Amino acid sequence: MIKESKLQSAQAVYREVVAAGDYYMRPMQRGQTIRILDLEGNQAADTLFYNTHDPGERYSAMDTIRAQGNVYLTAGTVLLSNAGNPMLQIVADTCGRHDTLGGACATESNTVRYALEKRCMHACRDSWLLAVTENEQFGMSKRDITHNINFFMNVPVTPDGGLTFADGISGAGKYVELTARMDVIVLISNCPQLNNPCNAYNPTPIEVLIWD
Amino acid sequence: MSDTIYYQDTIPGGCHWSMVLNRGLTLRLVDAEGGANVGMLLYNPANLLERYNAPDTLKCQHTFKLTRGHCLYSDMGRVFCSIIEDTAGWHDTVCGNTSKKIVADRWGERSYQQYRNDWQLNGYDSFLVEVAKYGLGKKDLAANLNLFSKVCVDDKGALCFDAAAARAGSFIDLRFEMDTLVVFHTCPHPLNPSVHYPRMPVTFQIRASAVVADNDMCKNYCPENQRGFKNTELYNLGRLQPAGG
Repeated sequence: MIKESKLQSAQAVYREVVAAGDYYMRPMQRGQTIRILDLEGNQAADTLFYNTHDPGERYSAMDTIRAQGNVYLTAGTVLLSNAGNPMLQIVADTCGRHDTLGGACATESNTVRYALEKRCMHACRDSWLLAVTENEQFGMSKRDITHNINFFMNVPVTPDGGLTFADGISGAGKYVELTARMDVIVLISNCPQLNNPCNAYNPTPIEVLIWD
Repeated sequence: MSDTIYYQDTIPGGCHWSMVLNRGLTLRLVDAEGGANVGMLLYNPANLLERYNAPDTLKCQHTFKLTRGHCLYSDMGRVFCSIIEDTAGWHDTVCGNTSKKIVADRWGERSYQQYRNDWQLNGYDSFLVEVAKYGLGKKDLAANLNLFSKVCVDDKGALCFDAAAARAGSFIDLRFEMDTLVVFHTCPHPLNPSVHYPRMPVTFQIRASAVVADNDMCKNYCPENQRGFKNTELYNLGRLQPAGG
């Protein structure tokens, strides 16, 4: 569902451009709204959320899709934690559909999906592993790297049980906005994947904006 | 697969258990009475940080459902086990578990004091108890399998639980390609609309696997699986104890 935001960039309390292949890891407070902006188009933002006060409570793709009875995320979707609590709600979305089935790229899964020789190409999981290791204040590790959201990615499921990675439906300037319903840590990998169309074979920056 | 059954037992509905199954063994799970659900998670016992990864399993094989020919992948690009036979036809791996709240809301609360072991366990707590036996906790639970449960998706993305899919006598054979810790429960699927808490037993049998041939169906299901098998071979090679060493 397409729903535009009324928030003005000039009023944002925090802005950060995340380079292609880099990560973003930062807490935000309950009541704040975060926008993830696809600056140049067709860029996947692999995202995880944690309860700031107990990172063992985290975004749960399974609980979220089961509770809403639908595999796609869009405006109105409430992101649930593994404890069944609302973490954030998608309040604006100019893309219309986001994936939470496909997971993130990793060097190991790249060897399976593309070729054994791809094992040393940069991947989302490497960004996340660096993020949790560099940011010791959050007390996280590989155990916290779980099943994520792929904002701006289009992964249709067919009625006979197939799964396809379709061309992105995002474009330059498209965005998704979420309002936090608890204090959360946001962890994004700005996807470096070069082997499939999720980034149009051309990883580009995203911007994160936060409003009180 | 050998005809000899090394071990066989039945787990009642609404229970949980775990076991290590080494490479070379095949686990058959049988929906004894129809309507069963087996929630399952897989870990590498030599490195518990390596675990079943549902997104990789789905995207590597371009599938939403799991059935014969598919492999169950770890997050390290390896194949824990292959589905070498399946008479059920569709297994879910995206809908997760019942929680205490889901069970109470749908089927009511049952105290242990009144009902003893006929109380109504939920899948999430069952996994927590079982993984805690290996030093793991809630951070270590991943998206699980729900064997024997069919959940399809329409063209708008809406989920639909097919209660008619789980037939008595259906079975699935999991051939283990590396040593694996198997954690499972027989609690109901979280979308099961049954009026009463479904308490459906599951029989399991352990046999020796046949040698994996070059033309093996699971290994050759797609080029991705050939590479997944290659990764698994490399891992098993690293664990060999050379003769005379």
